[in-house]
Amino acid sequence: MNKQLYITGICKISDNNISLNGKSVFSNPKQIPVNEFLKNGYRDFKTQYPKFFKMDSICKLGFLTVEILLGGNPSIKAYPSELVGVVLSNSSSSLNTDIDFYETIKDTENYFPSPAVFVYTLPNIIIGEICIRHKFKGENVFFVSEQFDPNILFNTIQNIFAFTNIQCVITGWVELLNTHYDSFLCTIERINNDEETVNNDIFDIENLSNIYLK
Amino acid sequence: MIPVYVASDCIITSLGFSSKENFEHLKAGVIGLTKTGKISVSSTPYYTSHIDFDLVESRFKEIAQSSAAYTNLEKLAILSISESLSLSNLNIKGEDTLLILSTTKGNIDVMQNELYTLFGKHRLYLWESARWIKDFFKMTNTPVVISNACISGVLAIILGSRMIRSGQIKNVVITGVDILSKFVVSGFHSFQALSPNPCRPFDISRDGLNLGEGCGTIILTSDEKTIADSNPILIGEGYSGNDANHISGPSRTGEGLYLCIKQIVDNALTTGKTIDYISSHGTATLYNDEMESIALTRAGLAHVPVNSYKGYWGHTLGAAGVIESIAGIHSIKNNLLIQSAGYTKSGVSQAINVIEKTEEKKLNTCLKIASGFGGCNAGVLFHKR
Repeated sequence: MNKQLYITGICKISDNNISLNGKSVFSNPKQIPVNEFLKNGYRDFKTQYPKFFKMDSICKLGFLTVEILLGGNPSIKAYPSELVGVVLSNSSSSLNTDIDFYETIKDTENYFPSPAVFVYTLPNIIIGEICIRHKFKGENVFFVSEQFDPNILFNTIQNIFAFTNIQCVITGWVELLNTHYDSFLCTIERINNDEETVNNDIFDIENLSNIYLK
Repeated sequence: MIPVYVASDCIITSLGFSSKENFEHLKAGVIGLTKTGKISVSSTPYYTSHIDFDLVESRFKEIAQSSAAYTNLEKLAILSISESLSLSNLNIKGEDTLLILSTTKGNIDVMQNELYTLFGKHRLYLWESARWIKDFFKMTNTPVVISNACISGVLAIILGSRMIRSGQIKNVVITGVDILSKFVVSGFHSFQALSPNPCRPFDISRDGLNLGEGCGTIILTSDEKTIADSNPILIGEGYSGNDANHISGPSRTGEGLYLCIKQIVDNALTTGKTIDYISSHGTATLYNDEMESIALTRAGLAHVPVNSYKGYWGHTLGAAGVIESIAGIHSIKNNLLIQSAGYTKSGVSQAINVIEKTEEKKLNTCLKIASGFGGCNAGVLFHKR
């Protein structure tokens, strides 16, 4: 129980570039629209998951970030499914899809709401898609903050490790609104100092903040 | 271990503007649902539960200099916090106090033209709403916003109580709030989830949910001096979990909810507690209620009295977990089981113990459970000292 918490893997997607544990692994020219870029990224990593194409853009972003994060740290899959939690955050909640849904209901003359769109008007659907894909059944939280807030993520995750049996938490930021997007996700695990990991920053507010800004 | 007490609370729904008023109405069996209220999106009728916003306006003017600056959602949150403060000794401005806002859609009504012009795009951000509430009370800390579908309120209570238990903070003000808008009603209507009748959780004839407006505030503290109540309720263990099954339908085996409840039951056993009463999610959709009956039975709780408050004030989304926890807290304080409105004959596969008649019973604990879109589930235990 005295094992230290580490940030054991990091994946970031922004400016049409994907980096895994600090190294760029895929990129597209800046002028490629985000939706195209995400599909290109999906194909490049040879993911086989047709449901990807049904997701809204922000879920695609979160999904792809986790695919690549876990691709670089496959040992996460060895944890029992109920012992992996997902704690995410962003600024605009599901506003990108809220706007799409609102377009379908604002005119009484042209009223055609779709349940397939409405279901994506909640930010925690990103967590749901990730959990379905990887069968994660542990703790779930979605925070909405103006900017990336390492304090609330750190405090929450510390408490998850202190008060539950969770062995690994996937955490970070998945933001997408119109043309602006960025995601940063990392794995937090409790490991011994001498164990070999892909990344080995101690899990604290400073490191979380620095890695996000880097 | 640092104890976490409920210092005070407030419920605002169609049934009243305080926990006391709401609980008196629940006790008397008053139903707050009305046929197609102010928001109509279809020629087929459906029941909803509305807060009287004329009354909100007049009450708000008693505590605020200007009401025009605040949205309906923010006014509800401010009124409920203000009422809760009047029932406790909390110094809300202190640096050892944190506000957690639980909401699914926040000011989504601001998307509508006239409100958009009035409040602007910025007000659609949930943290912006939280900031207006925080600034009203001149609070020190940046508020935390949780938006996790229909478990948001229960999750806020779980996370807030863990923060206190670990010593990260001393007091947490948790406010859960959602209002009805064309956006939300259209969405649930498109899902064909709305009942044309007052909803009937767990009943054989249940045919969908009723949406409701609600707001609840619960003040948690580790400091007994903050509490005015002579016999405060404590918060026990709470957990969240995911079905990992489907984004808009619950697991057929109740997996995620079962995992949450199982951990609470196991913990209760080690501390010599029993689960005396369950405040369920009970939306009155076919799948939700069936799933809950399975999860409760798997966890060995089929015999425990259970109710749903949705038959009184509908499904209040981000407020539900907070106001239904408060109703549960008042049930154990009053040793009173409240009848599950709309229930006459079981319509779930497991023989669970739905409360058919409001009656006195010695109660020491209450388990509150919730489930939502995205496959999320949560549960938390409340207990007497």
